[in-house]
Amino acid sequence: MAQVGTEHNPLYVAIVGSGPSGFYAAEALIRSERTVKIDLFERLPVPFGLVRSGVAPDHPKLKQAIQVYEKIAEAPQFNFIGNVSIGRDISVEELARHYHAVIFTCGAESDRKLGIPGENLAGSHTATEFVGWYNGHPDYRDRHFDLSHETAVIIGQGNVAADVGRILSKTVDELRHTDIAGHALEVLAESKIRRIYIVGRRGPAQAKFTSKELKEFGELSVCGAVVEPAELQLNDASRIELEDKTNAGSRKVFELLSEFATSTSRDKQRQCHFTFLKSPVELQGRSRVEKIIFEKNRLQGEPFNQSAVGIGETFELEAGLLFRSIGYRGKSLTGLPFDDKRGVFPNRDGHITDTQGQLLPQFYTAGWIKRGPTGIIGTNRADSVATVECLLQDLARLDSSETKQGAAAVYVILNSKKVRPISFSDWKKIDNEEISRGQPLGKPREKITSIQECLRIVEKSG
Amino acid sequence: MTTVVTDNCRGCRFTDCVAVCPVECFHYDDEMLYIDPEVCIDCSACIPECPVQAIFEEDDLPEDKRNWVKINAEKAPELPACSESMEPLPGAEARKAELGF
Repeated sequence: MAQVGTEHNPLYVAIVGSGPSGFYAAEALIRSERTVKIDLFERLPVPFGLVRSGVAPDHPKLKQAIQVYEKIAEAPQFNFIGNVSIGRDISVEELARHYHAVIFTCGAESDRKLGIPGENLAGSHTATEFVGWYNGHPDYRDRHFDLSHETAVIIGQGNVAADVGRILSKTVDELRHTDIAGHALEVLAESKIRRIYIVGRRGPAQAKFTSKELKEFGELSVCGAVVEPAELQLNDASRIELEDKTNAGSRKVFELLSEFATSTSRDKQRQCHFTFLKSPVELQGRSRVEKIIFEKNRLQGEPFNQSAVGIGETFELEAGLLFRSIGYRGKSLTGLPFDDKRGVFPNRDGHITDTQGQLLPQFYTAGWIKRGPTGIIGTNRADSVATVECLLQDLARLDSSETKQGAAAVYVILNSKKVRPISFSDWKKIDNEEISRGQPLGKPREKITSIQECLRIVEKSG
Repeated sequence: MTTVVTDNCRGCRFTDCVAVCPVECFHYDDEMLYIDPEVCIDCSACIPECPVQAIFEEDDLPEDKRNWVKINAEKAPELPACSESMEPLPGAEARKAELGF
């Protein structure tokens, strides 16, 4: 048998998850000198992961990354298999049988919990649900968000928290011509929210927003960004952090927060408050969130390694809506080990290991499910390239004793289970339909949020 | 708004930025890198990667570096694209030290 990855014995690779990491892994394989056949699996009928359903609708430029993915999809080595859930329709074991290697790029789909009393009251949500809902993700289209209270609280100070805060801060007229889901526009039009609190457990020097995201809060039409000047006092360790030459990003964030503290935007209709050194300890309410109890914190530890500890002093804030955005976790998958503490697949340089650290032949991972939820779209490109390098180095060790069948075998299984796979050209039909539905509304697209409807569009157009 | 490479890159060309660019908007000549503003999506992923802090968002450019907006826009489209990280230029480490990083 010829060496795997050659013309007579192509390297069959399955990639699970069609977000940026999945596409960049495919790109790296296509660019390698090997003969490859790539099947990119996606559980939804629509590709692009968080670029489609995570990136905020008012950040259209970032979504232009999709043009790169469309180009990758044109490569003859590339095949898209959408509407197929690994673990449900096709097992991990079946992938191992029909492919030389499998790269899991399925992201971090669940949220970390606050772990406090009242967390499950109505009105307490994850940022993921809200982001998925306004972005038309099929899993979240039927969620209800009650925006009838004047105060909303967001726990966490990363870019997802910023996105949620900004969507609540904008008028519907500012969002109307984006690709925001129609159902979200209707609900946001009735919003009574006037005060938004974006709350960090640590201080202003540790906020995780990028300066770019934060800056937008100073430029909103009806919402002012508010910081209490007293909250910008720094301890010595934080001052050392901000003075560090490598910490330009945090320095910029702190400068912006300082600008917010001196601005006169408090007379705008809405206010978005950035507040620090507070952790929610309880959510209270009869049938839904009415009040949030916070404990004040102080920082302890060395510079760049400071943690927040409660000082025992509490206060309460009346609010009807709470979003938590304090970190993300991957979901486990039957047939693969899972690092439950970190919420990732255990791996060494992208090669999945068992929980004892032994390498598992054939299984690789990239993106958030490999390293945890850090970094932005492009970070995943470097990460996927590293994983593919690791895979290609292992090539000699990959099983080449039997011919792999790849997609041909997968389609037989799907057919027997009556699962209709979605090809990339099927997706283009959905894509075209979305674009034409958006046109009369002045939107770049109106997303189709029902899986059944996606399938009907594909069937109808033959 | 766009993102621009400035003179700190000259003589270094570390290309750490290129590895995280989601859209391959970097181009290069013998001295340094340039960003094609028509292709860049302003994600800023490259900015913290640069070991000599040569990359800026347009709005954050110091006054004396504003000319780099035009230089990037003119140079990039004419030069070959840089799609993967390359070896830094010879002398890059010395230049980095000289720049105080």
